[in-house]
Amino acid sequence: MSSTATPVSVAGAAAQSAPSTGRPASAGALENQAPESTPESTAETPTAGPPAVDYSGYKVVPAKHPGRWVGTVLVALGVAAVLWSLATNPRWEWGVVAQWFTAQSVVNGLVETLKLTAISGALGFVLGFVLALMRLSASPLLVGVSWTFSWIFRSTPLLVQLLLWYNLGYLYEKISLGIPFTDVRFFEVQTTTLISQFAAAVLGLTLNQAAYSAEIIRGGILSVDQGQLEAAAALGIPAWRRSTRIILPQAMRAILPTAFNEIIGLVKGTSIVYVLAYSELFYTVQVIYNRTQQVLPLLLVATLWYVVITSVLSVFQYYIERHYSKGAVRNLPLTPLQKVRRFFATHAVLERKSR
Amino acid sequence: MSTGHVEITDVRKSFGTTEVLKGVSLTVPPGGVAVILGPSGSGKSTLLRTINHLEKVDSGNITIDGELVGYQLRGNKLHELREKDILKQRTHIGMVFQNFNLFPHLTALENVAEAPVVAQGRSKEEARARALELLDRVGLKDRADAYPRQLSGGQQQRVAIARALALNPKILLFDEPTSALDPELVNEVLDVIRELATSGTTLIIVTHEMGFARDVADTVVFMDQGQIVEQGSPQEVFTSPREPRTRSFFSKVIEPAFNI
Repeated sequence: MSSTATPVSVAGAAAQSAPSTGRPASAGALENQAPESTPESTAETPTAGPPAVDYSGYKVVPAKHPGRWVGTVLVALGVAAVLWSLATNPRWEWGVVAQWFTAQSVVNGLVETLKLTAISGALGFVLGFVLALMRLSASPLLVGVSWTFSWIFRSTPLLVQLLLWYNLGYLYEKISLGIPFTDVRFFEVQTTTLISQFAAAVLGLTLNQAAYSAEIIRGGILSVDQGQLEAAAALGIPAWRRSTRIILPQAMRAILPTAFNEIIGLVKGTSIVYVLAYSELFYTVQVIYNRTQQVLPLLLVATLWYVVITSVLSVFQYYIERHYSKGAVRNLPLTPLQKVRRFFATHAVLERKSR
Repeated sequence: MSTGHVEITDVRKSFGTTEVLKGVSLTVPPGGVAVILGPSGSGKSTLLRTINHLEKVDSGNITIDGELVGYQLRGNKLHELREKDILKQRTHIGMVFQNFNLFPHLTALENVAEAPVVAQGRSKEEARARALELLDRVGLKDRADAYPRQLSGGQQQRVAIARALALNPKILLFDEPTSALDPELVNEVLDVIRELATSGTTLIIVTHEMGFARDVADTVVFMDQGQIVEQGSPQEVFTSPREPRTRSFFSKVIEPAFNI
């Protein structure tokens, strides 16, 4: 509150202390006299600056930005042209899009996509958290294993990983649980029955995701001030609790934007499992357009669904980020919903007053 | 209550090739108030941090009420304590940091009530009630639900003191508690520490506030280059320092107008 008051009071003080040579800003006729009068006034009061003017009575005219207006109009025209062509070009075949958008097979594919994203996303980030903690631990072996994991899974194409997992049965015919280096087996199963398309897809996406999220989480943890760990340790707070209650919530602020990038990437990334002939959204759409030859409209169907999922995720992201910014900013900004409500509330008050 | 006896014996500590503590010995009796002074880099903070085992000593030992800090004597060997036991020892030692180190995502109340619940197994209600009591004691009961960033530096440090007190420690360590504060906020923190000095808790304070040191200390310790140069009552050390190094330090840090 004092910051707004200060300039006013300073201006007021200057107006009082300055000699009374103040002239209106628009008085052009007086300007010829200025060079003569200035040396005199400075001689009288050497500390006074240029003559002060009381500007409080003038109307403020905002600066004009003609370039901005031209730019806005051009962009608006461009957007309108794109929308117009989308709406009127019959080759987009919006009728076909509408027909397939909620078709049972497409919805089934959508559910599979969501399932893959949710499972591999969740497992990937849990494994990534463990890998990040390993990487930050004091044990050289844990650090090495974590580093190697990220190194391998970040340097091989996801496509190769998926095909490798799916063809694991070729490399290892049977998978068994037993005592290593002995012949004792508790349990043995054909690899091909264990690794279904779904299992291969989840395995590939999860491990790949874990490698990336490990680095994201590690970065978040490193961004938290070391003093926080020290204070928690000095208070006798146990290590696990230090990680989950003190460090992780603060790291979340750095983790979340990138993590949501990853999740959104994963939503669309799941489309790569079409190589396993797994009927998620993208594969389903492909199967349909191979049959009906309506390639573009069906790609649009898939695209629109990806847009919907991403939009919903963005809303989640906003609120989750807001939750974790508690205490990081002095006062939380209003959510868009709150802004709308406040807008209507204040306007309702105004209306009532005007009545 | 006569607990909180700190005995530091010939402690040495190196960081890389730099020896920051070169055989430091210090005794602080129960309820005593020791103020450690000295130029930066003299090892004051490191010494303080060895007392709650945030820094491991290279040699020498520290005992609190006769119990070794960080180690256990079994047979003729010193076994390093496990994390769990070290954490338990730390609950007897409160620490206040130069940069407060409050948890920014927790409110003042949650900051104070966290450790008693997870480190001492108290109930949430009990911890909250006690936290409110402590916030009241440092004059911040009405800011209990504020987040640290909504508080001034002086208020944050007072919350940090309440947080350190929440475990009912026998010993409180202050690591330059006012060095990060604006001059006009220093006194509100010093007042709280002054009050604690008469409470029977052992205080070990690293500070640059000479007037405050003179007021509250019963022992003033002057450190330089990893060693204790001189120690004694404030009267002895401030008014008639024996060592030339102490005298030259005071002549630099205490302004001529400062009345001692």
